[in-house]
Amino acid sequence: MKFSVTVTLKKDVLDPQGKVVHNTLTNLGIDNLKSIRQGKFFEIEVNETDQNKAEDKVKEMCEKLLVNLIIEDFQINKLQ
Amino acid sequence: MRSSVIVFPGSNCDRDIAVALEKMQFKNQMVWHKETKLPKTDLIVIPGGFSYGDYLRSGAIAGKSLIIDEVIKAAAAGCLVLGICNGFQILTETGLLKGTLLRNKNLKFINKDVNLIVRNNKTKFTSKYKLNQILRINIAHNEGNYFTNPQHLEKLKKENLIAFKYCDEKGDINKDSNPNGAMENIAGIFNDKKNILGMMPHPERMIDNTISNSDGVNLFSSLIS
Repeated sequence: MKFSVTVTLKKDVLDPQGKVVHNTLTNLGIDNLKSIRQGKFFEIEVNETDQNKAEDKVKEMCEKLLVNLIIEDFQINKLQ
Repeated sequence: MRSSVIVFPGSNCDRDIAVALEKMQFKNQMVWHKETKLPKTDLIVIPGGFSYGDYLRSGAIAGKSLIIDEVIKAAAAGCLVLGICNGFQILTETGLLKGTLLRNKNLKFINKDVNLIVRNNKTKFTSKYKLNQILRINIAHNEGNYFTNPQHLEKLKKENLIAFKYCDEKGDINKDSNPNGAMENIAGIFNDKKNILGMMPHPERMIDNTISNSDGVNLFSSLIS
């Protein structure tokens, strides 16, 4: 079973990289740009047929290693 | 006094700290990260560098390595632990020190000598310094922007757990003397019991007047006294 995990900085944490990307896009003439937050993306395949169990495993992975919970939030989505 | 320097793939200040420790009469051993036992030691040093190429987050992978369980146990038993630069990042990833180190505010890798002010000299790491003494010590990092939650920040201040702050040559702590955007100019912190110190600056680079200065010496002489 395949999942995607998106990791982003929490709202109150400054994201200097996102800010620079935002500024650069503005300089390139792209208007209507409201905000950009840069993050990380993981594609994870789990050897498990039960979706709940598989999701729990991915959540465990996030909490144990993939995400620094002090500054980051994560979102798990099932793929396919 | 016995010291152990933990070495990860990508550590690159491990030899420097070993030279500094030996110069200060520590009996030092290098410990590879795959070891599952620590030698008998009074001080554990997690050195600077780019453990695991900073993959995932600085210090994240090293913070889960085999030897770290032993470091956590030793720290709980009161062993002194010093994390410098990447070592500080690793200590926050293990949870031994709270907070984290974000990307520098200006997004640049900063390698320069900066001024630090000693904010607590009543610890095993800093007793040979004077309170509010100004030191000139090298920093070399990309993620040194210390961040923590407001409750923990309050606790750091209340319980005197801030070891060093960035300042200017007069000792003023302000925005202009903050190289990386760290909260309250924090350059180094202790844990609650003050047996763990994490700091971004490199005291091991400041032990010899021929190549730099000797402002780092007293950190090691505090430890050994």
